[in-house]
Amino acid sequence: MKFGILVSEGPYTHQAADTAYQFVKAALEKGHQIHRVFFYHDGVNNSTKLTEPPQDDRHIVNRWSKLAQEHNIDLVVCVAAALRRGIRDDILAPGFRISGLGQLVESGIQADRLVTFGD
Amino acid sequence: MLNIVNKSPFEKTTLESCLRVAQARPNGSALLLIEDAVYAATKGNAVEGRIRDAMKTVPVYALWPDLEARGMQDRVIEGVKLVDYGGFVDLAAEHNTIQSWL
Amino acid sequence: MTEATGGIEMEEGQSGIVKKFMFVNRKAPYGTVYALEGLEVVLISAAFDQDVSMAFLDDGVYQLAKGQHTKAIDVKNFSPTYRALEGYDIEKLYVEKESLEARGLSQENLLVPVEVLNSKEIAALMADQDVVISF
Repeated sequence: MKFGILVSEGPYTHQAADTAYQFVKAALEKGHQIHRVFFYHDGVNNSTKLTEPPQDDRHIVNRWSKLAQEHNIDLVVCVAAALRRGIRDDILAPGFRISGLGQLVESGIQADRLVTFGD
Repeated sequence: MLNIVNKSPFEKTTLESCLRVAQARPNGSALLLIEDAVYAATKGNAVEGRIRDAMKTVPVYALWPDLEARGMQDRVIEGVKLVDYGGFVDLAAEHNTIQSWL
Repeated sequence: MTEATGGIEMEEGQSGIVKKFMFVNRKAPYGTVYALEGLEVVLISAAFDQDVSMAFLDDGVYQLAKGQHTKAIDVKNFSPTYRALEGYDIEKLYVEKESLEARGLSQENLLVPVEVLNSKEIAALMADQDVVISF
């Protein structure tokens, strides 16, 4: 089955980004496909390479990048939400790309299920 | 329809809103409690009756890793089904529509 | 438009698949950004020729309250956008009766014509969707 994922909250403040990541990982382990992970609202803050958590904490941004690299997952950051929050191309972590909201709608059309993680 | 709730019932009315709608038409509906909503799956609190009532018509699931993280693993209401992330994925695959009650 | 739609050309976006999309609004405007950014998704969805509807439950019904004036808080008043939805062929606006009543509101207090449905009717509509996105 093909899953589309929507992440609507930033890392660390809210558990949404963690739950979304665990869901994606479990789905891949079960042999499902991830059509796309779309980052909206404060979720766009999952994408900045400027993120530097303490060493004993999980690195939420790098975790996404690694997942994207290993499983060829499309990580899309909403352009309007990103610009509003100071996220631009030059600070994106590997594996992320900035694009329009149409990518979320398209994921809803193409994926068998769209699962939202937010506040 | 898979209804996902992630708020503590003591902080927000999300669970109540979800149940109002889900119980009005329980056919094919299920409720999954994740993140801070797992407190609703525990015994001896003010909303226990609400969950027990919901379980008469809507199957209720709770995300085990979230229960465990919060030290609530020994307080789960009998009849609430426990799932891990893999079980969460299975529930999402089994239901045609998924609504996260944000 | 192509930038907003994510570089997806309309011919490409029109994959021939028409799904039922419901955008569920349960949050009040201004206190958080969800109502405004949610509306932005709804507007974009219009370009994809899908079967789009919006449902307003709980504090989401406050998004449709008449008489919003935001000058003094210096935040954009986006409430006129709800009246523009019709021009995007988004005409299915559902409001839950129980949520309206709990807030002492009625249809006359809302800035657009809507269909008021009870919880059971709303539940039936939701269950019939392919995609539910809530803000």
